[in-house]
Amino acid sequence: MSSRSASPGLRRTARVLGLASTGLGVAMLRNPVGVARASGVDDSPTALSVIPVVGARELLHALPLLAGRPGWAWTRIAGDAMDLTAMGVALAHRSGDRRRRLRAATVAVGGLAALDLLTAARSRRRGPARDLLPGSAPWKGAIDVSAATTVNKTPEQVYRYWRDFSRLPDFMAHVREVRTLDDGQRSHWVAEAPGRRTVEWDAELVEDRPGELIRWRSLPGAGIENAGSVEFRPAPGRQGTEVRVRLAYAQPGGRLGKVVAGLFGESPEQQVRDDLTRSKQVLETGQVVRSEGSPEGPLAARLTHQRPATARS
Amino acid sequence: MRATQWMGKNHVEVNEVPDPRILNDRDAIVKVTSTAICGSDLHLFDGFIPTMKKGDILGHEFMGEVVELGRGVGNLKVGDRVVVPFPIACGACTACERGLYSVCENSNPNARMAEKLWGHSPCGIYGYSHLVGGYPGGQAEYARVPFADVGPLRVEDDLTDEQVLFLTDIFPTGYMGAEMCDIKGGDVIAVWGAGPVGLFAVASARMLGAERIVAIDRFDYRLDKAREAGATDVLNYEEVDVLDALKEITAGRGPDGCIDAAGLEATHPTTAVDAYDRAKTAVMAETERPHALREAIMACRNGGTVSIIGVYGGLMDKFPVGSLMNRSLTVRTGQAHVHRYLRPLYEKIRDGEIDPTFLISHTLPLDQAPQGYRMFRDKEDDCTKVVLKP
Ligand SMILES: [Zn+2]
Ligand SMILES: [Zn+2]
Repeated sequence: MSSRSASPGLRRTARVLGLASTGLGVAMLRNPVGVARASGVDDSPTALSVIPVVGARELLHALPLLAGRPGWAWTRIAGDAMDLTAMGVALAHRSGDRRRRLRAATVAVGGLAALDLLTAARSRRRGPARDLLPGSAPWKGAIDVSAATTVNKTPEQVYRYWRDFSRLPDFMAHVREVRTLDDGQRSHWVAEAPGRRTVEWDAELVEDRPGELIRWRSLPGAGIENAGSVEFRPAPGRQGTEVRVRLAYAQPGGRLGKVVAGLFGESPEQQVRDDLTRSKQVLETGQVVRSEGSPEGPLAARLTHQRPATARS
Repeated sequence: MRATQWMGKNHVEVNEVPDPRILNDRDAIVKVTSTAICGSDLHLFDGFIPTMKKGDILGHEFMGEVVELGRGVGNLKVGDRVVVPFPIACGACTACERGLYSVCENSNPNARMAEKLWGHSPCGIYGYSHLVGGYPGGQAEYARVPFADVGPLRVEDDLTDEQVLFLTDIFPTGYMGAEMCDIKGGDVIAVWGAGPVGLFAVASARMLGAERIVAIDRFDYRLDKAREAGATDVLNYEEVDVLDALKEITAGRGPDGCIDAAGLEATHPTTAVDAYDRAKTAVMAETERPHALREAIMACRNGGTVSIIGVYGGLMDKFPVGSLMNRSLTVRTGQAHVHRYLRPLYEKIRDGEIDPTFLISHTLPLDQAPQGYRMFRDKEDDCTKVVLKP
């Protein structure tokens, strides 16, 4: 149930599991007698009442898995364990043809369980945050997100805008202040955290290629270990500049962990994309575009909570 | 100030709300002198467009007097009389630079919502749900106009509000519908829907040199208006088979250009088809009732153009793609890029080439907006277009 986005391959596996779950669930709900016969437990009166319940459970797992969320394979594993236990007990009391059918069914469930376990385990693994961080160990549970947009300006113009870190708070929702320190290679960041608190860290430039690329990372001792890169490339057909951002944040444990989680909310990916959209607005129109009615709030109360024309939201 | 608020499906109220304020440097505040109820407001009224919230201020066709300006607006001054295009466009993104104002990349702050539904986001629109920005609309005493240095057109005092108000939407929309048909002398154009946009499509097809223009609707009073606008033939689809009639008119060819000015709430005389779409929309398996579009595709001559200016929301069923593909049809569509048409159409009005006031049937004080919505929706009292006066 990781909030990080899974790789396409893993999502495909999750969908396959979702489909299998759906098939099993539907079969168990629509034809419990047939399922009981096929799996060799048709002589048990309890089987007929249990099978539809298991079917309903399968359908429950199916939904998030079909949506490509591999983390939900964990919920299937619990079910698999129950099923395998029940089948093991049943196996001890069957003989002849029934036993053969039951053994085949148990092997099938065991196979699915193995796939569940594999998928669930892979969903826990992080993305490759390490290549953002030259020379440092991979981070446990890092948030690693990327986003891209195309801006109707030259790569040089977009680069120059980003390179002035003090302007980043104009469009980055959670960054309150970025101060460039004396040598120009280092900067001090202040970010808003839930509960009116702030988190601060120092960062250094790792790579700086004018008009092409900026990479930075936090310095040792940062409250939140993080690294990022932004790449600028001329868009085909003279459509401006393709801007690709990648950010990685280590998720520390304890109190700070909570702060980081709150900082990036439910969907870090979404926030980075929103930040990037705002950067496009500022670069192209000179402002962060506002509307009174978005995103939330009832009736006239919403209009009285209009925010001022300064940047950030 | 007083404003028309959406309070739920089929329910609008005029209430007291806070005045709008300047939020961005490129904003203007306009004191609304005239505003109109649009056919696409009915999709909101009926609850067909998602992401409306109780209390949202409606209206995207409005004009008035500039009363306040942000620091970034240099081309307008307080006291200017302006018409305001319904698409909000920044003027600086790639889309705006190409004249595709209604797909401006910067004016929808809720672009993420729209991307989920449509893949990419169009522009922001006044009073037209949160999917397209959550901007308050202009059926109010005052309205905030973002990117006021790009959108509004200054109008002279020699023309009345009624003559220029429809430059905000329905005139450019109808005109673009006709323009997308690439009309050449001698062309036959058919227009589905004789509502305000359909009527302007008819009038524009005439201005662009179509030889025969067929208007299709089910209300005779609207078809009469279509004749007034320049239709040479009218078809009441409850009385004739439209496909047969169009074949008859064109000696078997079909119209060269077919304009769908009806959109997602079209009805169909064959109850089975209607029931199918109603059932599908009820379970959210389809969001449209695209009868007019299906018919427009089937009717169009081989190699002709289908021009869609009626509003659609999401997903449709039974789309005759085989007809489209096998017969070399061209589909062109879009919310009107109003900014592009403002000046030239304004000149046409000033030159007396067209008098847009012909379609106004009712003028009401703003407080009677709820009656206006009902009347327009139910086609009561031969209602073709309601103008509201705040
Ligand atoms: Zn409209
Ligand atoms: Zn734009």
